[in-house]
Amino acid sequence: MNRATVDLWVGIFVALGIGAIIFLSLRVGNLTTASHAPGYRIEAEFDNIGGLKLRAPVKAAGVVVGRVDNIRLDPQTYRALVTMRVDQGYQFSRDTIASILTSGLLGEVYIGLDSGGDTQMLTDGQRIAKTQSAVVLEKLIGQFMFDKAASGSAK
Amino acid sequence: MAADFVTGGLRRVGRVTVDAVTRLGFATRFFLAVLMHSPSALRRLQLTLREIYFSGVLSLVIILVSGLFVGMVLALQGYDVLNRYGADESLGILVALSLVRELGPVVAGLLFASRAGSAITAEIGLMKTTEQLSAMEMMAVDPLARVVAPRFWGGLISMPLLTALFSMLGIYGAYLVGVKLIGIDAGAFWGNMQAAVDFRYDIVNGIVKSFVFGAAVSLIAVFEGYEAAPTAEGVSTATTRTVVVSSLMILALDFVLTVFMFRGIR
Repeated sequence: MNRATVDLWVGIFVALGIGAIIFLSLRVGNLTTASHAPGYRIEAEFDNIGGLKLRAPVKAAGVVVGRVDNIRLDPQTYRALVTMRVDQGYQFSRDTIASILTSGLLGEVYIGLDSGGDTQMLTDGQRIAKTQSAVVLEKLIGQFMFDKAASGSAK
Repeated sequence: MAADFVTGGLRRVGRVTVDAVTRLGFATRFFLAVLMHSPSALRRLQLTLREIYFSGVLSLVIILVSGLFVGMVLALQGYDVLNRYGADESLGILVALSLVRELGPVVAGLLFASRAGSAITAEIGLMKTTEQLSAMEMMAVDPLARVVAPRFWGGLISMPLLTALFSMLGIYGAYLVGVKLIGIDAGAFWGNMQAAVDFRYDIVNGIVKSFVFGAAVSLIAVFEGYEAAPTAEGVSTATTRTVVVSSLMILALDFVLTVFMFRGIR
């Protein structure tokens, strides 16, 4: 095996390997939708976050505009404090409503942002005042059963 | 008599332990020696390139074919289960995450250990048996720098590239089966996959794993070869040991790394 052939094959191999890593990063991973894109943080308090997880998407009109960055319990109010990172390119008004939604019956849980009419925009570190908690299916079913039973006994 | 039986048993346990610790110490010192000799070996890059050719390029075929088939089978089996819950569009996520995080590094590592690791051990062992290593020392050529270090680095460099190719071919195989054969929507297949696979969390951790496995397999292969008994039987034992020890090492390291890397999203 002479030197030129070895060099050629190693070159092909390394190029293929690096190509595969690039393929994995761009085509399979989300490097293009960069999770490290410059962004700003906004906070929101919820009574119940349901199955919301870290890195869950933040969507406005179905478009992913950011990710959930941090979730913790406020020890004073016993409400969930969610920090999300929104891409720099998107601005939301001060009276935006944040709600916790589920895509489909079993789908992923995400935060939906509905922008309001305020001319002032949310900036880094600000808190969304209006929030809507997750719908807990068990509670809903329980309520439905209770209502049924109540209306049944009234008859 | 009973006391003899007990002390004899304990003595055996003691000897096995001391032997194991001694061997571990040897391996560590050997590893340090290889690292010390690496600069002079890497200065003659041609030697390492040659080893990348032998352990990387020549492993391509088996890695690519296995990757493709692992991906295709994963897609068939995954679809079978996901379809019951009407979640067949998550097939891309299933395949990509399992390949990038686990199957890629582990299966590529196991294949690499049996394909390249065993060859390295046999080669160095035979060099030792035929006293080529001693001859080099006679000529003031350090076998660690001339023979061992290039093979170690060749394996270390080849492994992540092979793993990336394995994962890529696996995902392509899943695409073939999932989209072309079964008929899942191509947009959903790629889109869900991209939404679920994180670059730093999944892909970088997978590459880190493959680096660690590459280092472990290469080190075990050169160590077993270098320490092989200089007989035909010794070389064959060393080759077997390389495959067994590095396979077990990959599985053990994989568990440890997974515990640290994927302990839940921080």
